[in-house]
Amino acid sequence: MHELSIANNLVSIALEHAEQSGDVRVKQINLRIGALSCVHRDALMFSFDLVTADTPLAGAKLHITDVPIVIYCPKCASLRDLPGVQIFRCPVCQTPSADIRQGRELDIESIEVVEQSPFMSPLVTSEKGTSL
Amino acid sequence: MIEPRILEVRTKILKKNDELAREMRTEFLEAGVLVVNLVSSPGTGKTTFLRETLRHFVNHGIGVAAVVGDLETDNDARRLAESGAPVRQIMTHGMCHLEADMVRSHIEDWDLNTLEYLFIENIGNLVCPTSWDLGESVRAALLSVTEGEDKPLKYPGLFNTSDVAIITKCDLADVCEFNRAEALNNIQSVRPGMKVIESSAKTGLGLTEWINYLKTMRAQLTPATPVTPGSPATALT
Repeated sequence: MHELSIANNLVSIALEHAEQSGDVRVKQINLRIGALSCVHRDALMFSFDLVTADTPLAGAKLHITDVPIVIYCPKCASLRDLPGVQIFRCPVCQTPSADIRQGRELDIESIEVVEQSPFMSPLVTSEKGTSL
Repeated sequence: MIEPRILEVRTKILKKNDELAREMRTEFLEAGVLVVNLVSSPGTGKTTFLRETLRHFVNHGIGVAAVVGDLETDNDARRLAESGAPVRQIMTHGMCHLEADMVRSHIEDWDLNTLEYLFIENIGNLVCPTSWDLGESVRAALLSVTEGEDKPLKYPGLFNTSDVAIITKCDLADVCEFNRAEALNNIQSVRPGMKVIESSAKTGLGLTEWINYLKTMRAQLTPATPVTPGSPATALT
């Protein structure tokens, strides 16, 4: 369950960026996660909700973009998407390749924030509570 | 409806760990220490394999030390210390992997200049340690003949980021009806070109090959060309 550690790291980066942007509320965090990163999406989402409870990030959504594995095939001299994570061969010419160009990502792309308003209506406030 | 503002972040989630690991790797390289991170499932035989490795270096008067991670108990540190090498136990109390700061805090009073090799025995786990760089230059994935030939296919992330695969307990291969060809094939499937060492801590099989491999890797260390585990630059074919 290393997703809990990953979630903690994620939260501290997100908070740092949010704090630098003034009085904002984080609505969504956009991540890129590679097929080889060994991170389980549901476990990460679960951990994220756990570690953000009672923090300014509570209620923020995690949006995960899955990144497929891309290898460089030395024979074709081109980049090739792999359909899975178990066979590191060029899907076109079958040449084995350990030259991985994509698929190990564990990145925060961006954070979506909205300005906090002292005049925020109760309706908007309740929307915050249900944005999970 | 308030339109959200997008803050570009574009950073690695494990940036903090990665930065510390990079710093540590530089220190290790400058001191001429080859750092090896041993990863496997629980029960593969990391501790016995490492104890024999340490014993070899100690007997040859080569500076060597080890840190070992476990959730609880210092049993493994005591087993490793039988080799005569300095050993520290990292107890994680439930955490499933080691992180760079845990390693650093356990070795900070060691004089790296007295060492040629430092081994990190990770927590027995084939998933969680994968993402954490510990500043090592060699990541070794261990697999025992008692575990099944398809471990590399089940845990491609770890095998793919490792530099060398070590098959342990080969003295039990026949009893376990271990299909050697299939295991080798699976390793090459997830990590083409990966060096594989077949070993037995009981009979001494593979120890010389492993020691020679480590010596070769250490000879390749230069501060100008730091290596990252799993990068194509470290793949031995």
